[in-house]
Amino acid sequence: MNKLARWGLTMPATIAVVLLLVIPVVLTIATTFGEAGGPFSTYTAFFKSGFRMAVLYRTLQIALITTGIALVVGFITAYVIAQMPGRLKSIMIVAAVFPLLTGVVVRSFAWLIILGKNGIINNVLMSVGLIGEPLSMLYTQGSVIVAMVYLFVPLMILTLVGVLEGIPRDLIEAAASLGARPIPTFLQVILPLAAPGLIVGAVLVFTGSFTSYATPQLLGGEKQMMMGTFLYQRAMVTFDWVGASTIAAIMVVITIGVVLIMSRMARRLNPMAV
Amino acid sequence: MAMRIHPLLGAFAILVFFFLLAPLVIIVGSAVSDTTFLTFPPQGLTLRWFANIFQMEAFRRTAITSLQVALLGTGLSLLIGIPAAYALNRYRVELPRWLSTLFVLPILVPEIVFGFALLKSITIGLGLPVFISLVVGHALLILPYSVRVVGASLASFDFSIEEAARSLGCPPLKTFMTVVLPNIRAGVIAAFILAFITSINDVSVSVFLTGPGISTLPIQILAHMEQFFDPTIASVSVLLMLVTVGVMAIVEATLGLTFLTK
Repeated sequence: MNKLARWGLTMPATIAVVLLLVIPVVLTIATTFGEAGGPFSTYTAFFKSGFRMAVLYRTLQIALITTGIALVVGFITAYVIAQMPGRLKSIMIVAAVFPLLTGVVVRSFAWLIILGKNGIINNVLMSVGLIGEPLSMLYTQGSVIVAMVYLFVPLMILTLVGVLEGIPRDLIEAAASLGARPIPTFLQVILPLAAPGLIVGAVLVFTGSFTSYATPQLLGGEKQMMMGTFLYQRAMVTFDWVGASTIAAIMVVITIGVVLIMSRMARRLNPMAV
Repeated sequence: MAMRIHPLLGAFAILVFFFLLAPLVIIVGSAVSDTTFLTFPPQGLTLRWFANIFQMEAFRRTAITSLQVALLGTGLSLLIGIPAAYALNRYRVELPRWLSTLFVLPILVPEIVFGFALLKSITIGLGLPVFISLVVGHALLILPYSVRVVGASLASFDFSIEEAARSLGCPPLKTFMTVVLPNIRAGVIAAFILAFITSINDVSVSVFLTGPGISTLPIQILAHMEQFFDPTIASVSVLLMLVTVGVMAIVEATLGLTFLTK
């Protein structure tokens, strides 16, 4: 009875995930190995093509830069939030959650208004007289990165506030009472204790930006194509489904690889787990 | 932990919050601008762009589709997610560990890959109608929220209460509905909200699953933006932000907003 119950209860969700996610994704990846030129021909074609490799490099680069900036900005902000008294802290958390709950399209769109030819930055710079002609800031790597940082900083803040609040106050006071100055306290006490949280945040931001679609589509256009927009273009514009599946397979391998390696590292780095 | 903060750090945090909130203020400002192009600060003040949304059939239709998909998808994901979360907690020792990994796969696999795979195998392969594909796609995409968030609630639930009810002769389903469910109410509400928000804002999966006559609101916004650059999009964005405000009010009323950092 019990055995029946526990399998029966998990069965619908299990079937749904296997049938609608695992099998479709595996089949999609499997089609890439059935090409006439040999099982790996689409991959060698991908890695030999300068254009496709440029997309992959660009995607990795944007994702890494975004993750780096989000780590620094998110950590400092989360650190300040964690020190705040109750009421102010809740207000700051609400201010961080609000953008997070607002859709990706809306948040990317804001940057079109800010960075566009008739955008706020150009208007301000022109009226001050710093520039004579509007700068073209859209469809550059910079515009994609700014919007991505904007997208992911709240996620980083929320991940880290919880982690920093979990650090026992006694530890920091103990370090201080033993004569440690703020910077060594930070480097030797706070940072190691926050390391697992930083890794979790970094993984979330990296995989999120590596696989993003809407932001590079709106702010990067054709010029700054990333893996997500490339996949869409191959699948729905040129109808090259094998090519799209190849991109899909590379994306799956990289994201799952990063998640596995980093979560193992987070477990090893956790000084609280003995 | 609580310590005094260096003024430089404080100033930095204020700048970050400005960076986070200013773009949203800019959207609101350009939505009420009395110009045919997007600009900030607004020139003149008008609500005609809001009226314009309701006159555009495409926005009305896709907004309804988005709501339907979000409600059905969230309902479906809770319907299969709650029993799974229950079993994972109740029979933690007996069930294999890969099972809980399986339920977070929809987060692990890149959304855009999932959308493409669904299009290939379900919509085209099995010939399922686009609307059904959208609902099951979204239900699956948000399943991890149902399982994990409800599961977190169940982790602190004392299963001996349930056993007490059972040993007094209460049938299993009734026990679940009257004893277990009221105790994990907060988790179910939180899962519902997170799932609903994720679904209504989704782009990466939906972008593949739109067909003739069927599209979701975010996809419609993207399509509109490629052709026009007028304040209509800003006013749609404001309406979507109001939905977020509403959701946050619900969270605050039922769980308290600090819930979100846990």
